[in-house]
Amino acid sequence: MRTHTFIVNGERVHVRIEADVRLLWVLRDVLGITGPKYGCGINVCKACTSHINGKAFNPCSVRVRDIKGGDEITTIEGLPDTVGADLHPMQEAWLERDVPQCGYCQPGQIMAAVAKVRQARDEGHEISDADIDEIRNICRCGTYARIREAIKEGAKKM
Amino acid sequence: MEHRGSSEKPSSENTPHEPGRNVGRRRFLGYLVAAPTLAVAAQLGDSATAPSAASAVIPSAPEQQEIYDLNDLLTLAAKPTSNLIAVVINSDGTASFDMPRAESGQGVTTMAAMLIAEELDLPLDKINVTLADARPELLFNQFTGASNTTIAMYEPIRTAAAIAREQLLGAAAVRFSVTVDRLSVRGGVVYAPDGRTTRYGELAVRAASRRTREVDVTLKDSSEFTVIGTPRNRIDARDAVTGRKTFAMDRGVPDALPTMICRPPTIKGAPRSFANADEVRQMPGVTHVAQLATGIAVRAKTFGQCIDAVNALDVTWNPGTVDTESDDTVLAKLREAEADFGLAPGGEVIEGDFVFHFRNNAALEPNTAVADVRPDRAEIWAPLQAPILCKEQVAEQLGLPLDAVTVHVEQAGGAFGRRMFNDVVLEATEASRKMGRPVKLMWHRTDECRQGRTHPMCTSRIRATYSGDNVLSFEQLHTSVATDYTQGFGEIITAKAGQLPPNGMSNEENFAKPVFNATVNVPYHFGKVSHALEETYTYDTFPTGSVRNLVNPDVRTAQELIVDQLAATMGKDPYEFRREFIDDDRLRAVLDTVAKEGDWGREMAPGTAQGITVHKEYKGATACLIEIDCRDETVNREIRAAVTGPRVTKAIMAVDAGLAINPRGLEAQMQGGIMDGIAQALTSSLHLRDGVLLEGSWDDYFYTRLWNAPFETRVIVMPPTTGEPGGAGELGVPAAMAAVACAYARATGTVPTTFPINHGTLSFTPKPTVPPLPPSPTNGLEFTY
Repeated sequence: MRTHTFIVNGERVHVRIEADVRLLWVLRDVLGITGPKYGCGINVCKACTSHINGKAFNPCSVRVRDIKGGDEITTIEGLPDTVGADLHPMQEAWLERDVPQCGYCQPGQIMAAVAKVRQARDEGHEISDADIDEIRNICRCGTYARIREAIKEGAKKM
Repeated sequence: MEHRGSSEKPSSENTPHEPGRNVGRRRFLGYLVAAPTLAVAAQLGDSATAPSAASAVIPSAPEQQEIYDLNDLLTLAAKPTSNLIAVVINSDGTASFDMPRAESGQGVTTMAAMLIAEELDLPLDKINVTLADARPELLFNQFTGASNTTIAMYEPIRTAAAIAREQLLGAAAVRFSVTVDRLSVRGGVVYAPDGRTTRYGELAVRAASRRTREVDVTLKDSSEFTVIGTPRNRIDARDAVTGRKTFAMDRGVPDALPTMICRPPTIKGAPRSFANADEVRQMPGVTHVAQLATGIAVRAKTFGQCIDAVNALDVTWNPGTVDTESDDTVLAKLREAEADFGLAPGGEVIEGDFVFHFRNNAALEPNTAVADVRPDRAEIWAPLQAPILCKEQVAEQLGLPLDAVTVHVEQAGGAFGRRMFNDVVLEATEASRKMGRPVKLMWHRTDECRQGRTHPMCTSRIRATYSGDNVLSFEQLHTSVATDYTQGFGEIITAKAGQLPPNGMSNEENFAKPVFNATVNVPYHFGKVSHALEETYTYDTFPTGSVRNLVNPDVRTAQELIVDQLAATMGKDPYEFRREFIDDDRLRAVLDTVAKEGDWGREMAPGTAQGITVHKEYKGATACLIEIDCRDETVNREIRAAVTGPRVTKAIMAVDAGLAINPRGLEAQMQGGIMDGIAQALTSSLHLRDGVLLEGSWDDYFYTRLWNAPFETRVIVMPPTTGEPGGAGELGVPAAMAAVACAYARATGTVPTTFPINHGTLSFTPKPTVPPLPPSPTNGLEFTY
C-alpha cells in the first residue's frame, strides 16, 4: 500500500490505499466526493463522468495507480471553479431548462456535455445532434429531450 | 390581496362534468397543532372522477376503471387517518413540510412547495419540503405509487397552508389593532392599511396554538391562482446540477462501510455454504464476511474492494426457483394459462396475439440502504416507496418493537416501482445484525439486472368484430406471469377490493385482478368491451413488480395495434377512426392537438411513418404522435458498442392532467414517459435462459440512449379541464409505447407481435454468472475525450 498524490478540484490530495482501487471509490469512499455517481462500475452508464486534465473520463475504470502526481481531476463539485464562477455555463443551461428529474445522472451528464462541446470545438465545429448522439451517459428518467436542448444552449455561453 | 377565510364567494370551480356540484365555496377542515411556532395539519382528502358521454357510435357501458379507478381506491384507503400532514411556519419566515411520500424525480416535492406557496402567499424559495421518516400511524398514507401523490395531497396541503395564512393574518391583526380584512399580504410580508409591516417569521410564535383544535377554511378559487398552473423549476434542481443532492449512497453515517453481496448464479438461488471466509477476510480493505439468506455479504473500506472480495468467494449454492425456465418455457406456460374467448359476436373478426418479454424496473441509482442495527434499536436510511411496511418488516426481522426502529426516507435516484420493495433494506438489516456494525449495502448493477425485480412476461390477445361502419365488440385476454403485490399496497387492495363496484370484482384471493380492472380500459365506443387477466406461476416464483405503470403499456399497445387494423380494414384513417369512436371528450381534444401539432398525415418517405394513439388513466388524458425511421441506413447506423435499430425521430405528446399544478414538471414526466415507451417498444427487455437473466448491465439492457432519443420531443400541456389534478409520473408511458409500435407497423408494413421488437436477436455476449460481478475495467484513460 502506498500513498497516491494528485490534484482534485484544485487541491492536492494524498491517499493511502491499494494501487488497484478504482479512482471512483477513492473519490467517493475515501475522499467523500460524492458528485460522481456509481451506476455500473464497468464504464457503460457514465454516471461517474468527471474530467482529467480537462477531458472527460470515467473514474470507475481507472486504477488510482494510473493517476499521475500532476494530473488534475475535476468532478462536478469543481466545475464552477474552472470558469471562476458560481456555476459553469453548462450548469446554468441545465437550470434554465430544468433538466434534472431524480438528478442522479446529472453530474455526469453535465461533465460529459462540457467535454463534448470542447471536443467539437477542437475539431473546428460547434456541437451538433450527431455529436450529442455520441454521448453515452444514460438517464433512466428519460431527460434526453432537455439534455439535448441544454447542451446547445450551454455551448453558446461557453 | 383580501383575507378570504370568512367569505363565502360563489364558486367558479364547477367542472365540465359536474355542473352545479359546488353551490358555495367548499370549506376544508384542518387542525391547529399545539407547537412552539405555528403548525397546521390537515387530513388527506378525497377526489372523484366522472365518465363523460360521446355519440354516433355504439356506446360501451362504463368500465370499472372509469367509475372507480385505482386512485379512488388508494385515496379511499387513505381517508380514515387524519390530521397527519403538517405545514409549520418557522421563526425565520420559512415554511416547512415533512412530506410522507417518496421523491424519486417525479417532482412531488416541488408540487407540494407550490401548493404551500399558493395558499400561504410565500415565495417558493422560502418553503422547505423534506421527506418524512416512516410514520406507522399514517397507515396507508405513506405509500408512493400509482401516480397518486398529487391527487391525494392537492387539497390537504392547501388546507394546511390556507389555515396557516389565516392564523398569521389573525396574529398580525391583533398586533396592528386592525381587522383582518384590512390587511394584505405579499411574499410573506403582511401590510397594515397605514403602511406598517410585519413578516411571517415575526408572527410564527404569536400565531402558534396552545392546544390542538379543529378549524375550517376556504381555499383560493382557481381564478386567484398565481402559482398553481404556472411553470416552475424543481426546488432541488440547483443541488442536482452542482452534485450536492445526496442519495442514500452519499449518506455519511459513521462507520457504515460499503457492503455488497455475492449472489447466486440463478434467480432466487440461495447460499448453502462458502469455503474461504478467512481468506476473503484477509483481502485488502475487507472487514467482515457474513452469510445472509440471499447470499454472502462482504463489508470493506471501499465498494471497489467489496467487488473484488465478492468475486473471490467460493460459494456452494442451492438451486433457484426457476432453474429450468427460459423464455420459451415461460411462453408455453403462459399459453397453457390463456383463457378462451367465448362465442364470437356477429360480424367480421380481427384478432391479434402479442407477447411482451420480461423487462427490468431498475433505476439508475441501484438498490441501496444504510442500516445501523444495535441490540435494542435499529436505524435505516433508504429510498422507499413504502416506508411503513419497511419499518414493520425490519422490526419483525429483528424482533424489536416498532418504535425501536427508525426509518429515514432518502431522495430516490429513480424509483419506477422498484422502491416499493424493501429487499435491500432487509439484507442490510441482516448484514448489520450479523456483522455487529453499520453497513451501507449497495447492489451491483449486475445484481440489479440478474436478481432484481422484473415486469412480468405476458401475452395479450384481442378479438374485435365489426360490421359496416361499426365496431361490435372488443375483447382482450391478458395472461401474465404473476405480479408480486405483496408489498407496497397489498393491504389496501385486500381491505378494499371487496367493496369495489360492480359486484363480481371482489376476488380477494387474487390481488392482481382487482388492480388490472382498476387500471385497464378500452377508450373507444366499441360495443361489447371486455378485458380479463389470467396469471400463472405463484407471485414469488419470479421476482416481479411494476415498471412505471402497471399493465397498461402492454395492454394498450396491443389494443392500439388492433385499432389501427380495424381502421385499415374499414378503410379509415387511423386518426379519423379514433376521433370517431373515442369515448371521452378530453381524450378527443388531446388527440386533435397532437394530430394538428404533429402534422398528422403529412407525406413521408418510404420506410418512415407516423403513429398516433391515446391513453387515459390517473384522471388524465394523453395522446401521442410518433414519427419513426425504419430505413436500412438508419436501422444499421453505427454507434460504437451500441444497439441502434429503428429511430424515433419525432415525438409529440398532448396531456390533459385535469389541472397541471406545475406544467413544466408535467412536461418533464411526459418526456420521460416517451423515452420509456421507446425503450419498451423497440429495445429493452431481459432474456431468460435456464434460470438466468442474460442481461447484466446498461451495455446489454438497452434502455433508450441519446442515440435512440428523438431529435424533436414536444409536449403540449392542455389548459385546465376538470380543475382537479391527476397523476403524472406514469401517465406518459402507455400512449408512447403504443404509438411507437403503431408507427413501426405502418413504416415497415409488418405488425409487430413480440415486444420489444428486437428481442429475437441476442446482440451481446452474456456476462458470466460465476464469479457474479464483472470486474471493473482498468483502461478508462483510453476513452477520454
